[in-house]
Amino acid sequence: MTGTTPSIPTGNRNDEIQIYDLHKSFGDLEVLKGITTTVHRGEVVCVIGPSGSGKSTLLRCVNLLEQPTQGRVFILNEEITDPDADIDRLRTTMGMVFQSFNLFPHLTALENCTIAQIRVLKKNPDEARAFAQANLDKVGLGDRGGSYPAQMSGGQQQRVAIARALSMDPEMMLFDEPTSALDPELVGDVLSVMRDLAQGGMTMMVVTHEMAFAREVADRVIFMDGGVIVEEGPPAEVIGKPTHERTRTFLKRVLDPTHVNAGDEDEAYAQRHAADSTPTA
Amino acid sequence: MSDTTSQVAPRQAKRLSPRKRAQRTRVIQYGVLVVLVVVAALTIDGRQVQQVFLRPDLVLKTLGPELGAAFLNTIIYTAGAFVLGLAFGTVLALMKLSQVAPYRWLATIYTEFFRGVPAIIVLLAFSLMGVAFPGFSFPFDPYGTVWVALGIVTAAYMSETIRAGIQAVPKGQIEAARSLGMSPGMSMQRIVLPQAFRIVTPPLTNELVLLTKDSSLVYVLGLFASGYELTKFGRNLANTYANITPLVVAGFCYLIITLPLTYLVRRMEAKQRKATR
Repeated sequence: MTGTTPSIPTGNRNDEIQIYDLHKSFGDLEVLKGITTTVHRGEVVCVIGPSGSGKSTLLRCVNLLEQPTQGRVFILNEEITDPDADIDRLRTTMGMVFQSFNLFPHLTALENCTIAQIRVLKKNPDEARAFAQANLDKVGLGDRGGSYPAQMSGGQQQRVAIARALSMDPEMMLFDEPTSALDPELVGDVLSVMRDLAQGGMTMMVVTHEMAFAREVADRVIFMDGGVIVEEGPPAEVIGKPTHERTRTFLKRVLDPTHVNAGDEDEAYAQRHAADSTPTA
Repeated sequence: MSDTTSQVAPRQAKRLSPRKRAQRTRVIQYGVLVVLVVVAALTIDGRQVQQVFLRPDLVLKTLGPELGAAFLNTIIYTAGAFVLGLAFGTVLALMKLSQVAPYRWLATIYTEFFRGVPAIIVLLAFSLMGVAFPGFSFPFDPYGTVWVALGIVTAAYMSETIRAGIQAVPKGQIEAARSLGMSPGMSMQRIVLPQAFRIVTPPLTNELVLLTKDSSLVYVLGLFASGYELTKFGRNLANTYANITPLVVAGFCYLIITLPLTYLVRRMEAKQRKATR
Protein backbone atom coordinates (compact mmCIF):
# COMPACT_ATOMS: atom_id res chain seq x y z
CA MET A 1 0.00 0.00 0.00
CA THR A 2 2.74 2.43 1.00
CA GLY A 3 4.73 1.83 -2.16
CA THR A 4 8.04 1.24 -0.42
CA THR A 5 8.97 -2.28 -1.43
CA PRO A 6 10.69 -4.19 1.38
CA SER A 7 13.60 -6.33 0.34
CA ILE A 8 12.14 -9.57 1.62
CA PRO A 9 9.31 -10.28 -0.84
CA THR A 10 10.58 -11.97 -3.95
CA GLY A 11 8.39 -9.93 -6.24
CA ASN A 12 7.64 -13.20 -7.95
CA ARG A 13 4.00 -13.21 -9.13
CA ASN A 14 3.83 -16.87 -8.24
CA ASP A 15 4.56 -16.38 -4.55
CA GLU A 16 1.10 -15.84 -3.06
CA ILE A 17 1.74 -16.29 0.67
CA GLN A 18 5.20 -15.64 2.11
CA ILE A 19 5.75 -16.15 5.81
CA TYR A 20 9.03 -15.02 7.42
CA ASP A 21 10.16 -15.93 10.92
CA LEU A 22 6.61 -15.80 12.30
CA HIS A 23 6.24 -15.82 16.10
CA LYS A 24 3.01 -15.69 18.06
CA SER A 25 2.58 -15.74 21.83
CA PHE A 26 -0.56 -15.81 23.93
CA GLY A 27 0.64 -14.33 27.20
CA ASP A 28 3.59 -16.45 28.31
CA LEU A 29 2.72 -19.27 25.95
CA GLU A 30 4.66 -19.15 22.69
CA VAL A 31 2.53 -20.95 20.13
CA LEU A 32 4.55 -20.19 17.00
CA LYS A 33 8.33 -20.20 17.29
CA GLY A 34 9.60 -18.90 13.99
CA ILE A 35 7.75 -20.20 10.94
CA THR A 36 9.11 -19.52 7.44
CA THR A 37 7.46 -20.87 4.32
CA THR A 38 6.02 -19.82 0.98
CA VAL A 39 2.83 -20.94 -0.76
CA HIS A 40 2.95 -20.63 -4.54
CA ARG A 41 0.22 -19.96 -7.06
CA GLY A 42 -1.98 -23.02 -7.61
CA GLU A 43 -0.27 -24.94 -4.84
CA VAL A 44 -2.26 -26.98 -2.31
CA VAL A 45 -0.49 -27.04 1.04
CA CYS A 46 -1.86 -29.18 3.86
CA VAL A 47 -0.72 -28.36 7.38
CA ILE A 48 -0.89 -31.34 9.74
CA GLY A 49 0.21 -31.89 13.30
CA PRO A 50 -1.03 -32.69 16.80
CA SER A 51 -3.52 -30.36 18.48
CA GLY A 52 -1.75 -27.46 20.11
CA SER A 53 1.03 -27.52 17.54
CA GLY A 54 0.05 -24.03 16.34
CA LYS A 55 -1.22 -24.94 12.88
CA SER A 56 -4.55 -23.09 13.23
CA THR A 57 -2.76 -20.10 14.73
CA LEU A 58 -0.42 -20.07 11.73
CA LEU A 59 -3.38 -19.98 9.34
CA ARG A 60 -5.09 -17.23 11.35
CA CYS A 61 -1.90 -15.17 11.31
CA VAL A 62 -1.87 -15.31 7.50
CA ASN A 63 -5.02 -13.16 7.24
CA LEU A 64 -4.28 -11.37 10.48
CA LEU A 65 -7.21 -12.73 12.50
CA GLU A 66 -4.36 -13.17 14.97
CA GLN A 67 -1.78 -10.42 15.21
CA PRO A 68 1.69 -12.01 15.02
CA THR A 69 4.05 -11.12 17.86
CA GLN A 70 7.01 -11.02 15.50
CA GLY A 71 7.78 -11.76 11.84
CA ARG A 72 6.29 -10.71 8.54
CA VAL A 73 3.60 -12.07 6.23
CA PHE A 74 3.28 -11.08 2.56
CA ILE A 75 0.15 -11.66 0.54
CA LEU A 76 0.69 -11.33 -3.22
CA ASN A 77 3.99 -9.58 -2.40
CA GLU A 78 2.25 -7.00 -0.23
CA GLU A 79 3.04 -6.99 3.48
CA ILE A 80 -0.15 -7.59 5.51
CA THR A 81 1.80 -7.25 8.77
CA ASP A 82 2.74 -3.68 7.81
CA PRO A 83 0.85 -1.42 10.27
CA ASP A 84 -0.23 0.76 7.35
CA ALA A 85 -1.42 -2.13 5.19
CA ASP A 86 -4.97 -2.08 3.85
CA ILE A 87 -5.89 -5.27 5.65
CA ASP A 88 -9.53 -5.27 4.54
CA ARG A 89 -8.54 -5.12 0.86
CA LEU A 90 -5.90 -7.85 1.24
CA ARG A 91 -8.40 -10.08 3.03
CA THR A 92 -10.71 -9.96 0.01
CA THR A 93 -8.00 -11.87 -1.88
CA MET A 94 -8.12 -14.81 0.55
CA GLY A 95 -11.23 -16.78 1.29
CA MET A 96 -11.36 -18.26 4.77
CA VAL A 97 -13.33 -21.35 5.81
CA PHE A 98 -13.74 -21.98 9.54
CA GLN A 99 -14.10 -25.14 11.56
CA SER A 100 -17.43 -23.91 12.97
CA PHE A 101 -18.70 -22.61 9.57
CA ASN A 102 -19.57 -19.16 11.01
CA LEU A 103 -22.35 -18.57 8.50
CA PHE A 104 -24.42 -15.47 9.22
CA PRO A 105 -27.58 -16.99 10.77
CA HIS A 106 -29.79 -13.96 10.03
CA LEU A 107 -29.14 -14.21 6.28
CA THR A 108 -30.14 -16.85 3.72
CA ALA A 109 -27.49 -18.97 2.02
CA LEU A 110 -27.63 -16.71 -1.03
CA GLU A 111 -27.45 -13.53 1.09
CA ASN A 112 -24.46 -14.97 2.93
CA CYS A 113 -22.77 -15.13 -0.46
CA THR A 114 -23.85 -11.68 -1.67
CA ILE A 115 -23.50 -9.39 1.36
CA ALA A 116 -19.73 -8.88 1.14
CA GLN A 117 -19.82 -8.68 -2.66
CA ILE A 118 -22.32 -5.83 -2.40
CA ARG A 119 -20.97 -4.07 0.69
CA VAL A 120 -17.22 -4.60 0.28
CA LEU A 121 -16.63 -5.09 -3.44
CA LYS A 122 -19.47 -2.64 -4.26
CA LYS A 123 -20.84 -4.95 -6.94
CA ASN A 124 -24.39 -4.32 -8.10
CA PRO A 125 -26.88 -6.69 -6.44
CA ASP A 126 -27.95 -8.52 -9.61
CA GLU A 127 -24.38 -9.27 -10.57
CA ALA A 128 -23.61 -10.37 -7.00
CA ARG A 129 -26.62 -12.69 -6.89
CA ALA A 130 -25.70 -14.29 -10.22
CA PHE A 131 -22.12 -14.98 -9.07
CA ALA A 132 -23.33 -16.22 -5.66
CA GLN A 133 -25.75 -18.59 -7.40
CA ALA A 134 -22.95 -19.88 -9.62
CA ASN A 135 -20.86 -20.62 -6.52
CA LEU A 136 -23.75 -22.33 -4.73
CA ASP A 137 -24.18 -24.46 -7.86
CA LYS A 138 -20.49 -25.28 -7.72
CA VAL A 139 -20.77 -26.67 -4.18
CA GLY A 140 -23.92 -28.60 -5.13
CA LEU A 141 -26.40 -26.40 -3.24
CA GLY A 142 -27.85 -24.36 -6.08
CA ASP A 143 -31.38 -25.14 -4.95
CA ARG A 144 -30.83 -24.10 -1.29
CA GLY A 145 -30.15 -20.38 -1.85
CA GLY A 146 -33.29 -19.39 0.04
CA SER A 147 -32.58 -21.54 3.09
CA TYR A 148 -31.30 -20.17 6.38
CA PRO A 149 -28.22 -21.79 7.95
CA ALA A 150 -30.31 -23.28 10.78
CA GLN A 151 -32.32 -25.22 8.17
CA MET A 152 -29.23 -26.94 6.77
CA SER A 153 -26.99 -29.79 7.91
CA GLY A 154 -23.43 -29.13 9.02
CA GLY A 155 -22.04 -30.40 5.75
CA GLN A 156 -24.36 -28.15 3.77
CA GLN A 157 -23.49 -25.18 5.96
CA GLN A 158 -19.78 -25.73 5.40
CA ARG A 159 -20.31 -25.93 1.66
CA VAL A 160 -22.25 -22.64 1.78
CA ALA A 161 -19.32 -21.21 3.75
CA ILE A 162 -17.00 -22.30 0.93
CA ALA A 163 -19.36 -20.72 -1.63
CA ARG A 164 -19.42 -17.54 0.46
CA ALA A 165 -15.62 -17.37 0.42
CA LEU A 166 -15.52 -18.14 -3.33
CA SER A 167 -18.02 -15.37 -4.00
CA MET A 168 -15.28 -12.83 -3.23
CA ASP A 169 -13.42 -14.30 -6.22
CA PRO A 170 -10.31 -14.82 -4.08
CA GLU A 171 -6.79 -15.62 -5.28
CA MET A 172 -6.38 -18.22 -2.55
CA MET A 173 -8.37 -20.14 0.05
CA LEU A 174 -7.54 -20.80 3.70
CA PHE A 175 -9.23 -23.78 5.37
CA ASP A 176 -9.10 -24.09 9.16
CA GLU A 177 -10.00 -27.72 9.99
CA PRO A 178 -13.06 -27.52 7.72
CA THR A 179 -14.33 -31.03 8.47
CA SER A 180 -13.51 -31.34 12.17
CA ALA A 181 -16.96 -30.25 13.35
CA LEU A 182 -18.85 -32.50 10.94
CA ASP A 183 -20.52 -35.85 11.44
CA PRO A 184 -18.39 -38.49 9.71
CA GLU A 185 -20.93 -39.20 6.97
CA LEU A 186 -20.99 -35.49 5.97
CA VAL A 187 -17.22 -35.10 5.63
CA GLY A 188 -17.09 -36.59 2.14
CA ASP A 189 -19.24 -33.91 0.47
CA VAL A 190 -17.08 -31.10 1.83
CA LEU A 191 -13.83 -32.85 0.89
CA SER A 192 -15.04 -33.50 -2.64
CA VAL A 193 -15.85 -29.78 -3.07
CA MET A 194 -12.34 -28.99 -1.85
CA ARG A 195 -10.86 -31.58 -4.21
CA ASP A 196 -12.69 -29.95 -7.14
CA LEU A 197 -11.34 -26.57 -6.09
CA ALA A 198 -7.79 -27.92 -5.94
CA GLN A 199 -8.12 -29.51 -9.34
CA GLY A 200 -9.42 -26.18 -10.68
CA GLY A 201 -6.06 -24.65 -9.78
CA MET A 202 -7.03 -22.74 -6.62
CA THR A 203 -4.18 -21.89 -4.26
CA MET A 204 -5.08 -23.56 -0.96
CA MET A 205 -3.67 -23.70 2.53
CA VAL A 206 -5.51 -26.38 4.49
CA VAL A 207 -5.18 -27.18 8.18
CA THR A 208 -6.61 -30.67 8.44
CA HIS A 209 -6.68 -34.03 10.19
CA GLU A 210 -7.81 -35.83 7.03
CA MET A 211 -4.63 -37.71 6.12
CA ALA A 212 -6.24 -39.42 3.12
CA PHE A 213 -7.21 -36.03 1.71
CA ALA A 214 -3.74 -34.60 2.34
CA ARG A 215 -2.08 -37.59 0.71
CA GLU A 216 -4.30 -37.43 -2.34
CA VAL A 217 -4.76 -33.70 -2.97
CA ALA A 218 -1.82 -31.87 -1.41
CA ASP A 219 1.18 -30.77 -3.44
CA ARG A 220 3.07 -30.25 -0.22
CA VAL A 221 2.49 -31.31 3.38
CA ILE A 222 3.78 -29.31 6.34
CA PHE A 223 4.10 -31.20 9.62
CA MET A 224 4.10 -28.89 12.64
CA ASP A 225 4.79 -29.72 16.26
CA GLY A 226 5.51 -27.46 19.21
CA GLY A 227 5.23 -24.26 17.16
CA VAL A 228 7.82 -25.15 14.52
CA ILE A 229 7.80 -26.83 11.12
CA VAL A 230 9.32 -30.25 11.75
CA GLU A 231 9.33 -31.31 8.15
CA GLU A 232 7.71 -30.43 4.85
CA GLY A 233 7.61 -31.92 1.41
CA PRO A 234 5.44 -33.91 -1.00
CA PRO A 235 2.84 -36.09 0.75
CA ALA A 236 4.54 -39.26 -0.48
CA GLU A 237 7.58 -38.28 1.59
CA VAL A 238 6.11 -36.60 4.70
CA ILE A 239 3.19 -39.01 5.10
CA GLY A 240 4.68 -41.92 3.13
CA LYS A 241 8.16 -42.16 4.61
CA PRO A 242 8.66 -39.47 7.27
CA THR A 243 12.26 -38.82 8.32
CA HIS A 244 11.59 -37.38 11.79
CA GLU A 245 10.67 -39.40 14.83
CA ARG A 246 7.99 -36.87 15.88
CA THR A 247 6.29 -37.14 12.49
CA ARG A 248 6.36 -40.93 12.67
CA THR A 249 4.84 -40.93 16.16
CA PHE A 250 2.09 -38.53 15.13
CA LEU A 251 1.21 -40.45 11.97
CA LYS A 252 1.19 -43.72 13.84
CA ARG A 253 -1.37 -42.31 16.27
CA VAL A 254 -3.55 -40.80 13.55
CA LEU A 255 -3.42 -43.67 11.07
CA ASP A 256 -3.71 -46.49 13.62
CA PRO A 257 -6.65 -45.63 15.87
CA THR A 258 -6.20 -48.62 18.13
CA HIS A 259 -2.87 -47.19 19.11
CA VAL A 260 -4.47 -44.02 20.49
CA ASN A 261 -6.10 -45.78 23.40
CA ALA A 262 -3.22 -48.09 24.09
CA GLY A 263 -1.07 -46.08 26.49
CA ASP A 264 -1.54 -42.41 25.74
CA GLU A 265 -3.90 -41.37 28.50
CA ASP A 266 -2.46 -38.54 30.48
CA GLU A 267 -2.04 -38.82 34.21
CA ALA A 268 -5.11 -36.75 35.07
CA TYR A 269 -7.31 -38.97 32.96
CA ALA A 270 -5.88 -42.10 34.52
CA GLN A 271 -6.47 -40.72 38.01
CA ARG A 272 -10.00 -39.65 37.22
CA HIS A 273 -10.65 -43.07 35.82
CA ALA A 274 -9.29 -44.72 38.95
CA ALA A 275 -11.39 -42.46 41.18
CA ASP A 276 -14.49 -43.29 39.17
CA SER A 277 -14.07 -46.99 39.43
CA THR A 278 -13.28 -47.32 43.15
CA PRO A 279 -16.75 -46.59 44.61
CA THR A 280 -18.48 -49.03 42.31
CA ALA A 281 -15.93 -51.76 42.98
CA MET B 1 -50.00 -27.75 54.89
CA SER B 2 -46.44 -28.88 54.69
CA ASP B 3 -46.65 -29.66 58.42
CA THR B 4 -49.50 -32.08 58.00
CA THR B 5 -47.84 -33.87 55.10
CA SER B 6 -44.51 -34.19 56.90
CA GLN B 7 -46.25 -35.63 59.95
CA VAL B 8 -48.38 -37.99 57.95
CA ALA B 9 -45.81 -39.07 55.41
CA PRO B 10 -43.22 -40.87 57.59
CA ARG B 11 -45.79 -42.87 59.54
CA GLN B 12 -47.54 -44.11 56.42
CA ALA B 13 -44.49 -44.23 54.22
CA LYS B 14 -44.49 -48.00 54.20
CA ARG B 15 -48.03 -48.37 53.04
CA LEU B 16 -48.27 -45.45 50.56
CA SER B 17 -46.72 -45.73 47.13
CA PRO B 18 -45.07 -42.57 45.73
CA ARG B 19 -47.97 -42.16 43.34
CA LYS B 20 -50.49 -42.37 46.18
CA ARG B 21 -48.50 -39.88 48.20
CA ALA B 22 -48.41 -37.41 45.29
CA GLN B 23 -52.14 -37.87 44.89
CA ARG B 24 -52.72 -37.15 48.57
CA THR B 25 -50.66 -33.93 48.39
CA ARG B 26 -52.70 -32.78 45.43
CA VAL B 27 -55.98 -33.46 47.23
CA ILE B 28 -54.78 -31.43 50.21
CA GLN B 29 -53.84 -28.53 47.95
CA TYR B 30 -57.29 -28.51 46.32
CA GLY B 31 -58.86 -28.72 49.75
CA VAL B 32 -57.05 -25.63 50.98
CA LEU B 33 -58.13 -23.76 47.87
CA VAL B 34 -61.78 -24.68 48.36
CA VAL B 35 -61.66 -23.60 52.01
CA LEU B 36 -60.16 -20.22 51.02
CA VAL B 37 -62.87 -19.62 48.40
CA VAL B 38 -65.67 -20.53 50.81
CA VAL B 39 -64.27 -18.29 53.54
CA ALA B 40 -63.95 -15.43 51.06
CA ALA B 41 -67.49 -15.91 49.79
CA LEU B 42 -68.91 -15.93 53.31
CA THR B 43 -66.99 -12.95 54.72
CA ILE B 44 -66.70 -10.54 51.77
CA ASP B 45 -69.58 -8.21 51.06
CA GLY B 46 -69.45 -8.07 47.26
CA ARG B 47 -71.68 -5.04 46.94
CA GLN B 48 -69.56 -3.02 49.33
CA VAL B 49 -66.37 -3.92 47.42
CA GLN B 50 -67.98 -2.90 44.18
CA GLN B 51 -69.10 0.42 45.70
CA VAL B 52 -65.49 1.21 46.58
CA PHE B 53 -63.61 -0.06 43.54
CA LEU B 54 -65.93 -0.41 40.59
CA ARG B 55 -69.16 1.59 40.76
CA PRO B 56 -71.04 0.84 37.53
CA ASP B 57 -72.32 4.41 37.08
CA LEU B 58 -68.78 5.78 37.41
CA VAL B 59 -67.41 3.16 35.05
CA LEU B 60 -69.84 4.46 32.44
CA LYS B 61 -68.86 8.06 33.20
CA THR B 62 -65.18 7.20 32.86
CA LEU B 63 -65.59 5.48 29.51
CA GLY B 64 -65.65 8.17 26.86
CA PRO B 65 -63.63 10.07 24.31
CA GLU B 66 -61.43 11.57 27.02
CA LEU B 67 -60.40 8.11 28.18
CA GLY B 68 -59.57 7.32 24.56
CA ALA B 69 -57.41 10.44 24.34
CA ALA B 70 -55.61 9.52 27.57
CA PHE B 71 -55.12 5.95 26.33
CA LEU B 72 -53.62 7.32 23.12
CA ASN B 73 -51.36 9.69 25.06
CA THR B 74 -50.02 6.82 27.15
CA ILE B 75 -49.16 4.96 23.96
CA ILE B 76 -47.59 8.03 22.32
CA TYR B 77 -45.49 8.83 25.41
CA THR B 78 -44.34 5.23 25.70
CA ALA B 79 -43.62 4.64 22.02
CA GLY B 80 -41.65 7.87 21.63
CA ALA B 81 -39.62 7.27 24.78
CA PHE B 82 -38.95 3.67 23.68
CA VAL B 83 -37.64 4.69 20.25
CA LEU B 84 -35.47 7.40 21.78
CA GLY B 85 -34.26 5.05 24.52
CA LEU B 86 -33.48 2.35 21.98
CA ALA B 87 -31.37 4.68 19.83
CA PHE B 88 -29.59 6.22 22.81
CA GLY B 89 -29.25 2.86 24.54
CA THR B 90 -27.55 1.41 21.46
CA VAL B 91 -25.08 4.31 21.40
CA LEU B 92 -24.39 3.77 25.11
CA ALA B 93 -23.91 0.02 24.57
CA LEU B 94 -21.37 0.70 21.81
CA MET B 95 -19.62 3.22 24.07
CA LYS B 96 -19.36 0.56 26.77
CA LEU B 97 -17.64 -1.75 24.28
CA SER B 98 -15.44 1.02 22.89
CA GLN B 99 -11.66 0.79 22.75
CA VAL B 100 -11.54 4.37 24.04
CA ALA B 101 -11.56 4.18 27.83
CA PRO B 102 -13.22 7.58 28.53
CA TYR B 103 -16.22 6.50 26.44
CA ARG B 104 -16.53 3.39 28.59
CA TRP B 105 -16.32 5.48 31.77
CA LEU B 106 -18.90 8.00 30.56
CA ALA B 107 -21.34 5.28 29.56
CA THR B 108 -20.88 3.43 32.86
CA ILE B 109 -21.34 6.58 34.96
CA TYR B 110 -24.47 7.43 32.96
CA THR B 111 -25.97 3.97 33.38
CA GLU B 112 -25.20 3.70 37.07
CA PHE B 113 -26.60 7.17 37.73
CA PHE B 114 -29.91 6.81 35.91
CA ARG B 115 -30.47 3.23 37.06
CA GLY B 116 -29.79 4.22 40.65
CA VAL B 117 -31.97 7.35 40.83
CA PRO B 118 -35.78 7.07 41.00
CA ALA B 119 -37.33 7.98 37.66
CA ILE B 120 -39.72 10.38 39.33
CA ILE B 121 -36.82 12.54 40.55
CA VAL B 122 -35.37 12.68 37.04
CA LEU B 123 -38.77 13.72 35.72
CA LEU B 124 -39.13 16.40 38.41
CA ALA B 125 -35.76 17.79 37.42
CA PHE B 126 -36.87 17.83 33.81
CA SER B 127 -39.97 19.82 34.71
CA LEU B 128 -37.62 22.66 35.67
CA MET B 129 -35.65 22.64 32.40
CA GLY B 130 -37.51 25.69 31.11
CA VAL B 131 -36.61 27.58 34.29
CA ALA B 132 -32.98 26.49 34.42
CA PHE B 133 -32.40 27.33 30.76
CA PRO B 134 -34.68 30.31 30.00
CA GLY B 135 -36.13 30.19 26.53
CA PHE B 136 -35.28 26.50 26.15
CA SER B 137 -38.05 24.10 25.25
CA PHE B 138 -38.29 20.67 23.68
CA PRO B 139 -39.94 20.35 20.27
CA PHE B 140 -43.46 18.82 20.10
CA ASP B 141 -44.20 19.96 23.64
CA PRO B 142 -45.36 18.28 25.81
CA TYR B 143 -44.52 15.09 23.92
CA GLY B 144 -40.90 16.07 23.32
CA THR B 145 -40.28 16.70 27.03
CA VAL B 146 -41.82 13.38 28.04
CA TRP B 147 -40.00 11.43 25.34
CA VAL B 148 -36.63 12.85 26.31
CA ALA B 149 -37.21 12.52 30.06
CA LEU B 150 -38.46 8.91 29.94
CA GLY B 151 -36.09 8.02 27.10
CA ILE B 152 -33.05 9.11 29.10
CA VAL B 153 -34.05 6.89 32.01
CA THR B 154 -34.97 3.84 29.95
CA ALA B 155 -31.82 4.15 27.79
CA ALA B 156 -29.77 3.39 30.90
CA TYR B 157 -31.56 0.05 31.36
CA MET B 158 -31.66 -0.78 27.66
CA SER B 159 -27.95 -0.12 27.14
CA GLU B 160 -27.09 -2.93 29.56
CA THR B 161 -29.42 -5.32 27.74
CA ILE B 162 -28.11 -4.35 24.31
CA ARG B 163 -24.50 -4.65 25.45
CA ALA B 164 -25.19 -8.16 26.68
CA GLY B 165 -26.86 -8.94 23.34
CA ILE B 166 -23.85 -7.71 21.37
CA GLN B 167 -21.52 -9.79 23.51
CA ALA B 168 -23.75 -12.84 23.06
CA VAL B 169 -23.05 -12.87 19.31
CA PRO B 170 -20.30 -15.47 18.81
CA LYS B 171 -16.81 -14.12 18.11
CA GLY B 172 -16.66 -16.28 14.98
CA GLN B 173 -19.29 -14.03 13.39
CA ILE B 174 -16.97 -11.02 13.55
CA GLU B 175 -14.06 -13.15 12.32
CA ALA B 176 -16.09 -14.36 9.35
CA ALA B 177 -17.16 -10.80 8.53
CA ARG B 178 -13.60 -9.46 8.82
CA SER B 179 -12.23 -12.34 6.74
CA LEU B 180 -14.58 -11.24 3.95
CA GLY B 181 -12.94 -7.82 4.02
CA MET B 182 -15.58 -5.98 6.06
CA SER B 183 -14.35 -3.11 8.22
CA PRO B 184 -14.98 -3.28 11.99
CA GLY B 185 -17.82 -0.76 11.67
CA MET B 186 -19.47 -2.61 8.82
CA SER B 187 -19.15 -5.94 10.65
CA MET B 188 -20.88 -4.39 13.66
CA GLN B 189 -23.65 -2.79 11.61
CA ARG B 190 -24.38 -5.58 9.12
CA ILE B 191 -23.52 -8.74 11.05
CA VAL B 192 -23.38 -8.25 14.83
CA LEU B 193 -26.15 -5.72 15.55
CA PRO B 194 -28.89 -7.50 13.55
CA GLN B 195 -28.16 -10.69 15.50
CA ALA B 196 -27.82 -8.85 18.81
CA PHE B 197 -31.22 -7.19 18.43
CA ARG B 198 -32.78 -10.54 17.65
CA ILE B 199 -31.35 -11.88 20.90
CA VAL B 200 -32.52 -8.93 23.00
CA THR B 201 -35.99 -8.50 21.51
CA PRO B 202 -37.72 -10.39 24.35
CA PRO B 203 -35.96 -8.50 27.19
CA LEU B 204 -36.46 -5.19 25.35
CA THR B 205 -40.17 -5.93 25.04
CA ASN B 206 -40.23 -6.48 28.78
CA GLU B 207 -38.56 -3.08 29.05
CA LEU B 208 -41.41 -1.69 26.94
CA VAL B 209 -43.94 -3.11 29.42
CA LEU B 210 -42.12 -1.44 32.31
CA LEU B 211 -41.92 1.80 30.34
CA THR B 212 -45.67 1.71 29.66
CA LYS B 213 -46.28 1.69 33.40
CA ASP B 214 -43.54 4.26 34.09
CA SER B 215 -45.28 6.66 31.69
CA SER B 216 -47.76 7.17 34.57
CA LEU B 217 -45.04 9.23 36.28
CA VAL B 218 -45.16 12.06 33.76
CA TYR B 219 -47.89 13.81 35.77
CA VAL B 220 -45.06 15.44 37.75
CA LEU B 221 -44.17 17.42 34.63
CA GLY B 222 -47.33 19.48 35.14
CA LEU B 223 -49.15 18.73 31.90
CA PHE B 224 -52.18 20.45 30.39
CA ALA B 225 -55.43 18.50 30.10
CA SER B 226 -54.69 17.65 26.47
CA GLY B 227 -51.54 15.90 27.57
CA TYR B 228 -53.13 13.71 30.28
CA GLU B 229 -52.35 10.05 30.12
CA LEU B 230 -54.30 7.22 31.74
CA THR B 231 -53.17 7.60 35.35
CA LYS B 232 -53.45 11.40 35.53
CA PHE B 233 -56.83 11.25 33.81
CA GLY B 234 -58.05 8.58 36.19
CA ARG B 235 -56.79 10.40 39.25
CA ASN B 236 -58.53 13.62 38.30
CA LEU B 237 -61.84 11.85 37.81
CA ALA B 238 -61.33 9.89 41.03
CA ASN B 239 -60.84 13.14 42.90
CA THR B 240 -63.93 14.65 41.30
CA TYR B 241 -66.19 11.74 42.27
CA ALA B 242 -64.37 10.92 45.51
CA ASN B 243 -64.23 7.32 44.34
CA ILE B 244 -61.39 5.25 42.98
CA THR B 245 -63.41 3.60 40.19
CA PRO B 246 -61.97 5.74 37.32
CA LEU B 247 -58.44 4.79 38.36
CA VAL B 248 -59.36 1.11 38.40
CA VAL B 249 -60.75 1.51 34.88
CA ALA B 250 -57.48 3.20 33.88
CA GLY B 251 -55.61 0.26 35.40
CA PHE B 252 -57.51 -2.16 33.16
CA CYS B 253 -56.57 0.02 30.18
CA TYR B 254 -52.89 -0.60 30.98
CA LEU B 255 -53.58 -4.32 30.86
CA ILE B 256 -54.97 -3.89 27.34
CA ILE B 257 -51.49 -2.67 26.36
CA THR B 258 -49.26 -4.84 28.53
CA LEU B 259 -50.93 -8.27 28.33
CA PRO B 260 -50.50 -8.64 24.53
CA LEU B 261 -46.89 -7.50 24.93
CA THR B 262 -46.07 -10.09 27.60
CA TYR B 263 -47.83 -12.73 25.50
CA LEU B 264 -45.65 -11.66 22.56
CA VAL B 265 -42.50 -11.97 24.70
CA ARG B 266 -43.41 -15.50 25.71
CA ARG B 267 -44.03 -16.49 22.08
CA MET B 268 -40.72 -14.98 20.98
CA GLU B 269 -38.81 -16.69 23.76
CA ALA B 270 -40.35 -20.05 22.89
CA LYS B 271 -39.46 -19.49 19.24
CA GLN B 272 -35.88 -18.59 20.16
CA ARG B 273 -35.52 -21.69 22.29
CA LYS B 274 -36.63 -23.76 19.34
CA ALA B 275 -34.22 -22.00 16.97
CA THR B 276 -31.18 -22.42 19.21
CA ARG B 277 -31.86 -26.06 19.94
